Amino acid sequence: MTRYVIRRILQGIPLLFIISIILFILMMNTGDPIATMGGRSVTRPADRIRLTRQLGLDKPIYVQYIYWLIGNDWTKVDLNGDGIPETSGTRRGILRGDFGTSIVNRGTPALTLIVQRLPNTLLLMLASEIVIVLGSLLVGIYSALKQYSTLDNFITTLLFIGYSMPIFFVALLSMYIFAVLFKRWGLPYLPTVGMFDPQVGQTAGQVMLHMILPVLSISLVSFAAYSRYIRSTMLEVMGQDYIRTAKSKGLPRRSVVLVHALKNASLPIVTVVGLDLPLLLGGAVVTERIFAWPGMGRLFLDHVSRGDMPVVMGILMLIAVAVVVFQIITDIVYAWLDPRIRYD
Amino acid sequence: MTTEVPTNKIASLAPDELETPPLTLAQLTWRRFRRHKMALIGALVLVFLFIYAFGGSFIRTEKYANFNNTAIKLQAPSAAHPFGTDPIGRDIFARTIYGGQISLIIGLFAVLIETLCGILIGALAGYYGGLLDSILMRITEAMLNIPEIFLLIVMAKFFGGKIPDLTVMGRTFSGSVVVIVVIIGVTSWMYLARIVRAEFLSLKENEFILAARATGTSNRDIIFRHILPNSIAPIVVSATLGVANAILSEAYISFLGLGVQPPTATWGNMLDNANNYIESAPWMWFFPGLLILLTVLSINFLGDGLRDALDPRSRTV
Repeated sequence: MTRYVIRRILQGIPLLFIISIILFILMMNTGDPIATMGGRSVTRPADRIRLTRQLGLDKPIYVQYIYWLIGNDWTKVDLNGDGIPETSGTRRGILRGDFGTSIVNRGTPALTLIVQRLPNTLLLMLASEIVIVLGSLLVGIYSALKQYSTLDNFITTLLFIGYSMPIFFVALLSMYIFAVLFKRWGLPYLPTVGMFDPQVGQTAGQVMLHMILPVLSISLVSFAAYSRYIRSTMLEVMGQDYIRTAKSKGLPRRSVVLVHALKNASLPIVTVVGLDLPLLLGGAVVTERIFAWPGMGRLFLDHVSRGDMPVVMGILMLIAVAVVVFQIITDIVYAWLDPRIRYD
Repeated sequence: MTTEVPTNKIASLAPDELETPPLTLAQLTWRRFRRHKMALIGALVLVFLFIYAFGGSFIRTEKYANFNNTAIKLQAPSAAHPFGTDPIGRDIFARTIYGGQISLIIGLFAVLIETLCGILIGALAGYYGGLLDSILMRITEAMLNIPEIFLLIVMAKFFGGKIPDLTVMGRTFSGSVVVIVVIIGVTSWMYLARIVRAEFLSLKENEFILAARATGTSNRDIIFRHILPNSIAPIVVSATLGVANAILSEAYISFLGLGVQPPTATWGNMLDNANNYIESAPWMWFFPGLLILLTVLSINFLGDGLRDALDPRSRTV
């Protein structure tokens, strides 16, 4: 197992390099970061040349990539524009933990910006994942045990609709119902924007209240997909011989379902959950934008539109690393759940 | 020990005694498909949506759809404007018609690109194997490792504004339509490539491929005339569901303001800024959103039915 994990990590490294190269090439041409630097006034041509040189944007793309990757403190760069490199570089490169300096927020390290926003996104992700897994287990198992009952048919149809729902539509609709209509009807209504009410402050209760609608929007699609998936794997497992054996030796129904069936049915579910986790981050981009949630998705949107390469690349590479790590964790959990699986 | 040649003792039926003629794949598929009620309804709704989007041109002109009159901005649905008007006074009903055309066209063409990329990459990787397979699959994996929406946003910025407006059949389209079609196509082929590769890996071991090789069939013919037609079922299913995903992708990225640029309407960019009008003008986001949902839902039902009909071995997720 250890050898397998080490091998997977070693395989992940070239993969991350390929990803970083693809993204770097794409990011190089996504906009003019200098255009917005002068604030409202247009950047003067002389300033433009100076800034391009200082930011190292005049270098060929492979040099920029190398500087981004391993830094430039081992060489000298030309800052005064006389064509002779005279100043030692200060960047240490992403491999040594230096994500570069944000172009939009001059002087702030990109990593600082990302780390400020990361907990907010993780909070949203974690809550959504809990809702998704618990909810879909509940609905999926119920639906499987009562196959073809009226409620099962009803649930199945609803899940199909939920599965096809665009996240923004869920978000807009739920905001309209739970905030606008509830307010109009004089019912207690939910807040729609931000993380907390500035008049109350960032208390746990406020954050939880503000989280309800975003979490609902992020989790609905995955919840519907997983419920359908759990229903079908449960149905398959419930037809197996060992379930009949368990039933016929008089085990209580609860333990047949929850121990014998669920553990076996959870194998494919673990895979889907592990591999889909990063997809939730995609949903977070839209959701954070609609609900003005100060997370990483919004940071990404704000900075990608102004060509802030260090921040955007930092976010994307963090996600890529997370995906690779989650794939490995999924494999380990898989082997732990199913002793038949041997990786060595 | 007899030397006589045994007469044909295997019972055989004269052609006219055959009870039913053998069914073609299309007939078999239809037989299974029509039992799937929801898929039939999905197909029907889809036909109506196409009639709505393309037939709608006869009731409202495009000029009318893009005509803005701020005197009638943000009006609630009425007889003159069945779906109300948007913040600069355009008729939302007319815009959902023309937006629908673009959204559906984007969905179909993006899937065309997706399917071409997916088949080509999957077929090459699966058929030739070896180093080519490793390289192509590493790239596939790399693409899969970034959530699609991030790739779409970065690519939309990359290509944005670089293609001039196009005039097709007397109508002007924003060049961003082409950009969106291409970027959705090139960011979504990965799953299909994996499916095609898996099909090729198993099919190329069959005897009929050996026979084809023995008779000197070229690699190109083996790939496209012998293996590909046999793996058409999962490709059709995946392409059908791909249309729904492409329409959704367009909506997401237009919603974020990076997609198709105005005045060309799509269901997605009609929702741009909708979160500022949740309370004041719910009709502004409700109708385009509902149309997207209906389209995606019916395509998903259709795809589900097709999967059951074409590819009974595969399981529905």
